[in-house]
Amino acid sequence: MTARLSVRELSVRFPLRGGRTVAAVTDVSFDLAPGECLALVGESGCGKSVLASALLGLLPGNARVRGAARLDGLDLLTAGEAVLARRVRGRRIALVPQSPASHLTPVRTVRSQLEETVRELTGARGPKLRGEAERAAERAAFPAGHLDRYPHQLSGGLAQRAATALALVGGAPLLIADEPTTGLDRDLVDRTVDELRRQVDAGHGLLLITHDLAAAERIADRVAVMYAGRVVELTGAAGFFGTPGPRHPYARGLLEALPERSFTPVPGMPPELDALPGGCAFAPRCDRATGACAAVPALTGARAGAVACHHAHSHAPEAADA
Amino acid sequence: MPEPAPEPTCETAPETTPEPALELRGITAGYDRREPVLREVSLTVGDGEAVGLLGPSGCGKSTLARVAALLHRPQAGTVRLAGRPAHGFHHRAPRELRTTVGVVFQQPRLAADPRLTLADLIAEPLRATGRRAEVRVRLPALAASVGLGGDLLARRPHEVSDGQLQRACLARALVLRPRLLVCDEMTAMLDASTTAALVAAVEEYRREHGTALLAVGHDRVLLERWCDRTVEFKTLLPR
Ligand SMILES: Nc1ncnc2c1ncn2[C@@H]1O[C@H](COP(=O)(O)OP(=O)(O)OP(=O)(O)O)[C@@H](O)[C@H]1O
Ligand code: SF4
Ligand SMILES: [Mg+2]
Repeated sequence: MTARLSVRELSVRFPLRGGRTVAAVTDVSFDLAPGECLALVGESGCGKSVLASALLGLLPGNARVRGAARLDGLDLLTAGEAVLARRVRGRRIALVPQSPASHLTPVRTVRSQLEETVRELTGARGPKLRGEAERAAERAAFPAGHLDRYPHQLSGGLAQRAATALALVGGAPLLIADEPTTGLDRDLVDRTVDELRRQVDAGHGLLLITHDLAAAERIADRVAVMYAGRVVELTGAAGFFGTPGPRHPYARGLLEALPERSFTPVPGMPPELDALPGGCAFAPRCDRATGACAAVPALTGARAGAVACHHAHSHAPEAADA
Repeated sequence: MPEPAPEPTCETAPETTPEPALELRGITAGYDRREPVLREVSLTVGDGEAVGLLGPSGCGKSTLARVAALLHRPQAGTVRLAGRPAHGFHHRAPRELRTTVGVVFQQPRLAADPRLTLADLIAEPLRATGRRAEVRVRLPALAASVGLGGDLLARRPHEVSDGQLQRACLARALVLRPRLLVCDEMTAMLDASTTAALVAAVEEYRREHGTALLAVGHDRVLLERWCDRTVEFKTLLPR
């Protein structure tokens, strides 16, 4: 049940009335191995959710997509809706949703929703159905004693686990979690992401989309920083959050904005994706910008650490190995 | 998780002449006939003081914030804003009391009328209180102080990001120059940079106007960095 996700130069455009175009995702490339967690972080509106929707084939009809996204042999971008619905969503890629409360059906108990998903994905019937549903709940640490409750009778943390249990039913090797901890308190955030990490340790690949840097630090193996639709830094989580720290000026600024660091915002606001400046999109906010930044910097570097910046912060000469 | 040490002194209102911005005494509040969410809760926010109220999900922080903002009527207890009693009213507090407190919630999409432009959203409390003339004078500076300018003010909520919409909601909460600003998880949905920018905007405004702050949330690091003091919700319950 292992699978490697490989995304190459993925771009998503939304044409607007009046001839303008939203450049939601531009030239994004990354790999995600089984048993690995990649955190995708960045400011609100930078394109994180559109990227996730593209991988799940859930973009609206007006979207224009370029590039490739392969899960083992299958190209997710060219596969038809029938293939995606029958063979991919829930079975090979599962989505842990942003707001579990709205994802669960309010008028049905957790057990009945789990059983329906089990029936749909595995065809199980009868007593087997019941057992499979209970096992899915257990995998997500959802307490068996709460299975007969309705969503409104669950705390935020339990609702999140119920949604995670639903996502895990099909045994999909790749999990995509879009802001799974928004609005939860720190304790629940920790418990939720620790559960996701257990899935990673059991061999799942996890793309964790989040604005919560502490959550990313807690469970990610690697970090991708997105700015204005592009990945501007892709590197190991330990070096990113610890030493030597990020190399891209925006990534540095984002970390420095944390209250446990200097609590200083990145000046200005992100650009509108339908009116991107030419060249590096971060230039108007960047204190290192020069004439060279009029050309879009490419993401260059090894898998161990790539950055898209003409004047990236340098790290001490590459240590012997990593 | 280790339990954080309880705040030894959570109830030391400064002994200054100006009345506290907020005094809650013995508040019991809840919804319908269910168990009350708050039981005999007391809390004071001094004039110009910034208090952070910390507590886990579902503990009743938001209910307390709504009581402080006169949006939820307690079953028992007293609310005083800048020394003036705000209880005893039948349905809604009188307008001049309501305007002494501004409030920002966690989810700007639920709080903001989707039909209004950001400019109208910010100015609406002025219009509603018959101070239309002040709109032209005050709006540009206030919008700029939360980082909104130009073209953004003409857009509607669905045309801006969560962070931009929350900036507008903050400006709206400040437009009547309240004595107390209540922020209920104002930054919980926002990234680190937008969070720092909004907090900086609040602090800049408070420095200039002396507004008191009640910031409710569960991010200890954030509230300790932001506020003069923090209070654990559980220490407010009667022992
Ligand atoms: N159907 C659509 N038509 C036009 N523009 C769209 C559409 N869907 C998304 N966008 C735009 O694409 C950009 C990226 O949106 P996206 O939802 O991916 O951001 P995000 O990084 O997930 O933000 P958040 O952190 O707030 O969830 C935004 O400018 C958004 O307005
Ligand atoms: S390319 Fe130039 S403008 Fe862009 S982040 Fe690097 S230094 Fe700043
Ligand atoms: Mg999103």
